[in-house]
Amino acid sequence: MTTFKYNLLQHTWIKKLATNRWPLLILRSIALGGFVFVILVGILGTPIGNHNFAIVAVWIAWWAALMLLLVPFLGRGWCAVCPIPMPGEWLQNGVVLGPGKNSQGKKRRRFPKPLRSIWLQNAAFSLLALFSVVILTRPLVTAWVLLGMILLAVALSLVFERRSFCRYVCPVGGFIGLYSQLAPVELRVIDSQVCKSHAEKSCYQGSENGSGCPWNVFPGSLTVNTNCGLCMECLRTCDYDNIALNLRTFSADLQPQNQSKLDEAYKAFIMLGSALVYSAVMLGPWGTLKQATSQIGSLPWFGYAMALLALTWGLLPGLFYLTNRVGLFIAPTPHPPHQTFTAYAVALLPLGLTAWVAFSFSFVFANISYLWPALSDPFGWGWNLLGTAALVWTPYLTSLTPLLQMLVLIGGLIWSSYTAQKIAGECKAPHQAWPVMMFSLFVTILLLWLLIA
Amino acid sequence: MKQERLARLLVLVLALGAGAAALAFRFWGSSGVVEVHAAMPDQGGWLTSNITAKAGEPLRLRLVSDDVVHSFALGQSDFEPVDVLPGRPTEVTLTFDEPGTYTFFCTRWCGADHWRMRGTITVTSNEPTEPKAFDPPLYLQLGIDLDAPHDLHDLDLNRLPSAEKGAALNVTLPPEFLTPEYFRSHTPYQAWEDLNSVPVTTNLNKAQVWDLVAWAWEQNTNPAVLAAGEALYQRDCAACHGVEGAGDGIFGVKGTTENNSLHEAGPNGHSLEMPTNFKDLDHILASNSAMLQGKIIRGGMGTGMPSWGLIYTEAQTWALVDYLWTFVFEYSFEE
Repeated sequence: MTTFKYNLLQHTWIKKLATNRWPLLILRSIALGGFVFVILVGILGTPIGNHNFAIVAVWIAWWAALMLLLVPFLGRGWCAVCPIPMPGEWLQNGVVLGPGKNSQGKKRRRFPKPLRSIWLQNAAFSLLALFSVVILTRPLVTAWVLLGMILLAVALSLVFERRSFCRYVCPVGGFIGLYSQLAPVELRVIDSQVCKSHAEKSCYQGSENGSGCPWNVFPGSLTVNTNCGLCMECLRTCDYDNIALNLRTFSADLQPQNQSKLDEAYKAFIMLGSALVYSAVMLGPWGTLKQATSQIGSLPWFGYAMALLALTWGLLPGLFYLTNRVGLFIAPTPHPPHQTFTAYAVALLPLGLTAWVAFSFSFVFANISYLWPALSDPFGWGWNLLGTAALVWTPYLTSLTPLLQMLVLIGGLIWSSYTAQKIAGECKAPHQAWPVMMFSLFVTILLLWLLIA
Repeated sequence: MKQERLARLLVLVLALGAGAAALAFRFWGSSGVVEVHAAMPDQGGWLTSNITAKAGEPLRLRLVSDDVVHSFALGQSDFEPVDVLPGRPTEVTLTFDEPGTYTFFCTRWCGADHWRMRGTITVTSNEPTEPKAFDPPLYLQLGIDLDAPHDLHDLDLNRLPSAEKGAALNVTLPPEFLTPEYFRSHTPYQAWEDLNSVPVTTNLNKAQVWDLVAWAWEQNTNPAVLAAGEALYQRDCAACHGVEGAGDGIFGVKGTTENNSLHEAGPNGHSLEMPTNFKDLDHILASNSAMLQGKIIRGGMGTGMPSWGLIYTEAQTWALVDYLWTFVFEYSFEE
């Protein structure tokens, strides 16, 4: 099947922009400045979340940009400018601009083989999810979490090669990578034969033109976006000008031949389950539940934590496994159940992403107006830098939000169903997709109820 | 290498510039301002709670709440309280003419122990000052034991005494019943007993004599004083004693606040008491104004009732006392 692809690098100016190190460095430096500023504001600013720039900028503005724009349209676009690995890379490479003597962390160890998956990222995301209400509302906690992430990234870059933190540990990177498969951009090689016959593999090993892939990926074998951080380093090191930055159709990676692994399948359930739980906790009318999530260490909180973990790590995957068994019963194929489990889990990615988009609509439109005073008075110290400090909270598009959420969720259901059918078609068992579609429908109804009803 | 140096400089400037500029701005822009944070009492109350100032010199305070809406008020002064909003600093400038210790406090019902939110401003002077003479309040002059039980048990009243009905009786009371001295030092019950023994009430029934007492009490106040008293009551007392004075304020009702400190055993094992019900005729009609003044000034001593002596002026205390009588007497002043 031919899919639409348009190489943006055929435009000289885009290629120059992508290969030049300065634009990305400037963007990342600005992001690092923002990151440092947010940590500072979180520690020194007002503890009132909606008046503190750290909370408003990170959990409302950045999150909105990430979930509504960057992930759906640019995939790992955020990872390309994320400042978290920057200090570690500086220490690792000895340079900030070009490849240094210690390029790609050659003197450092490889990340332990048993941990080279996204299980750590799954665990890290779940861990943060347990404390999410506190993290999302208390500036000091947000600051410590961000500081902890950057320190961990630095520590890992001193021990292990390349961006081990980004690839294997970052709780955000895990789901960005997963959902980047849906984005309409990709970085791929133009001709994989060129890569196979290229002995030096400079894109992976590095050369005088640049570092080896910081994400520990051999571009020649890239078939999905998951682990490509769009850093453009391979563009600089490829000796044969064999790299393309393609525009493509949405979810082009969700091909049956691109089998996901169990860790990635689990990430899909963790994200879907978390969207359900967050919708209930943050948007639902259950005060007791809301209270339980913020009383860290209390018995109700343990109950919430157990429920969250049980839903995301047990109930949803278990239910989906049963769904697949039903599918195999309806339309038997020689595939073992665990294989269909991971294969069909891919079909949940569109629904997962749209669930997060719909969830984000709820609080982004309602709360983005907190940004205007926070920009004028980031610390809550009484400043009025932009003259917007006195602007009051004004929710936007409140009447339109439920409609948008419904459309997005129904779109996600159709998209997931289509993907499931595509996978089933490849297995030559079209009816196998039905239970997966029913599962998606069930989750969609649940989300509609939580978000809208 | 030149480019690398430039890149490093750029990274450092962009990464640290905003934070450094903010801190510098903060440091240079805040000199001479005392920042006071307000938080619910169980989270620390006022931070800082002890401020020093010089008489005659302006004291700039930046007030900011770290949780809910609070208010900053200054005791025994005409300073109009200002709201202290979460995350939005409010600046006030105070200038004290006289040295002394001034109490600042919160007037918003911010939490169960809201009344604990107090701090002091110690104002000193380079000029030698004479210590002020102590003018004992009336309850001390009269030697009233504020903690002595004083409930009545046989009061048989099926309606509140009415000043209007008392006035309608057209009885000329002996002038001693209408003096402020008598009004402040006698309980209504004493007044009722005293009135029963004067000839002008011979033909009146029990309730009518109570109406005369209400009328006599009304003669010792006026609507402006009552309005001032009511404002203070609703701001500072109603949280525990209830908006209608029935002892059922949101921080005082057993059942709703059983789990907070108000009704828990105190540090010495003493249980705190429920707030006084000002509509309890047996209790209130056996109290006098001086006694109420004493309770307000001193506080309840272990009952959970705070002391207001450092906060209210004498006029404010008497206005509040006058207002408390409106819970047991129907005055004829128009609302």
